[in-house]
Amino acid sequence: MSHSSMWDSISGIIQRDLLLAMRRWSDAAMSVFFLVIVVSLFPLGVGPEPAVLRTIAPGVLWVAALLTCLLSLSRVFTPDYLDGVLEQMVLVPQPLSLLVLGKVLAHWVISGLPVVLLSPLLGLQFGLDGEALGVLVLSLLLGTPTLSMIGAIGAALVLGVRGSGLLVALLVLPLYVPVLIFGAGAVTSSMAGIGGEANLSLLGACLVLSLFLAPWATAAALRVALE
Amino acid sequence: MLQAVGLSCRRGERRLFSDLNVKVERGKLLAVVGENGSGKTSLLRIFSSLLPPEEGSVRWDGEDIHQLKELYSGQLMYLGHLNGIKDDLTAVENLMSSMALAGEPCSESGAKEALEAIGLKRLVHRLPSKVLSQGQKRRVALARLWLSTRPLWLLDEPFTSLDTASTAVVTQRVHAHLQRQGLVVVVTHQEIALPAERLQQLRLAG
Amino acid sequence: MIWSKYSAPQAFYPLAGRLIPWFAAVAIILMVVGLYMGFFVAPTDFQQGESYRIIFVHVPAAWMSMFLYVVMAIWAGVGMGLNARLSFMMAQAIAPTGAMFTFLALLTGAMWGKPTWGAWWVWDARLTSELILLFQYAGVMLLRTSIDDLRRADRSSAVFALVGVVNVPIIYYSVQWWNTLHQGASVSMATGSKMAATMLMAMLIMTIAFWMYSIAVILARVRCVMVERESLPTWDDKPAVIHEAVEAR
Repeated sequence: MSHSSMWDSISGIIQRDLLLAMRRWSDAAMSVFFLVIVVSLFPLGVGPEPAVLRTIAPGVLWVAALLTCLLSLSRVFTPDYLDGVLEQMVLVPQPLSLLVLGKVLAHWVISGLPVVLLSPLLGLQFGLDGEALGVLVLSLLLGTPTLSMIGAIGAALVLGVRGSGLLVALLVLPLYVPVLIFGAGAVTSSMAGIGGEANLSLLGACLVLSLFLAPWATAAALRVALE
Repeated sequence: MLQAVGLSCRRGERRLFSDLNVKVERGKLLAVVGENGSGKTSLLRIFSSLLPPEEGSVRWDGEDIHQLKELYSGQLMYLGHLNGIKDDLTAVENLMSSMALAGEPCSESGAKEALEAIGLKRLVHRLPSKVLSQGQKRRVALARLWLSTRPLWLLDEPFTSLDTASTAVVTQRVHAHLQRQGLVVVVTHQEIALPAERLQQLRLAG
Repeated sequence: MIWSKYSAPQAFYPLAGRLIPWFAAVAIILMVVGLYMGFFVAPTDFQQGESYRIIFVHVPAAWMSMFLYVVMAIWAGVGMGLNARLSFMMAQAIAPTGAMFTFLALLTGAMWGKPTWGAWWVWDARLTSELILLFQYAGVMLLRTSIDDLRRADRSSAVFALVGVVNVPIIYYSVQWWNTLHQGASVSMATGSKMAATMLMAMLIMTIAFWMYSIAVILARVRCVMVERESLPTWDDKPAVIHEAVEAR
């Protein structure tokens, strides 16, 4: 197995997924709109008190990011499963976990990166100021790839299963708890003046761990799903 | 040489086949025939290593394919029921991306030649695949036969929704592959117009 | 031969049947002893009064809930590694009992929390991670029931159980981290007054009792699973094959 053909396979996957996302740009746009709407609902429900909004901002933004990622999970493997590309992927003479890594990376670019880019704007809506905004963006930048990695495991497990939309939420959301805690915690502690470094480094640790373990679990789940 | 030793397969409660032994030499085509639900597709999926057999093993040149893993995948081109093409991509893009995925990247002109060889005109190359007919989509998937250098082809009902002219073209291509000491396993309901010494048949009882 | 493949469950079935009464009996005896010690012998806590006595159920239940999750994941991992159907059946049989103990831990935690904290539910680190553990048990069981194909159901829920077992400690520490960030040091169950020897003893006895109970229930359930899956004969009529298997051991 040569490195060049491994790279061909992985970059082939990423390129195709990004090309498809451009052809179907409305899918990505839907995620972004979903995020904006969910975040905008909270002030309407909680009331426009700036102090309250500032307090709940990290949690609200992070939960909204988490839900956005969750809703886009059905797009990671399901289309490939239905049109047979997934079978071809499993039979590629490269480690499946590396191909999975390519898929997840493409998924993050399509659905995670827009969340990161949009977050300062949403933070402003909630009255976050300079440093907290920076920490928010940084925490999402570190955290959303982890969400995609963990989410891919759930997406692979429920492929072709009835009621998969709800099931994937039940499987994945508990696993998202640490990321939510560290992510929102980073913003909260920077707002409280104790700095978000500790939480951010824990987020980084989660990312590294998920990069090592999640593709492997996802590959196992995909093989099971295709049997 | 592809060899099945004592294979058995169960889907859910039903036993599809048990203690199946078959041996195919290079340069031969194994046609798997049988009624619907007799386990033809399952057998092909076992050959492809997608489906682990309940018992027994598949050997490629004498070695168990589950030991060979990626080495075996590198010998093999599998075309299942599903075409493995994306509705939003054009025929050329589809062909190029599936070859790149398989680790055998091809040039755009190579892809076009392959599509023309299977009878898809230049006009069709630039259309998104969702507007193509079933037969045209199948042909986009089958165009990989012209680009792949893998010795073992596993084809599940390759002639479905093809017209007679395309069927003949594909059969010719298969014949050429066999002449180059390739090995083909085909699940089919149709007669395959190949010389008898190239053909080997396996009938699965329902 | 097919026989050799089925031999493990078929030999296991009658063995399990004979072991169940013993484990059940030990569980009942220890539970009576443990509860008696916990409720009547152990001294009254000078800070919390009598209400603290629920921990003789709560703490063993919480321990068992985590322990059983790990055991379930180990069986799942063995099943994936060795392709052993008995392992998957064990994993399947453990999940409901584990979920039951998790629920019991939450319930008794709430009962303890009301007099101690003045609220049925507080976002205490331990309670919160128990709650998430309950979600994970639910995930394992729901994933299994949503998939019709047995083989896939086994393997998918095994993968999820294994992913979960990596997550349990991470979740535990993250929740603790979160808790200290938001509340400072909260009242915690184990700290505080030093535990009297009788209290510790009662707690250990209850833990062993729960453990024995789990084994008995899980063995009974795994027998049901076998009957369901392998079309083995039911409880009452055992044909010759099974006796043969027993004698062969």
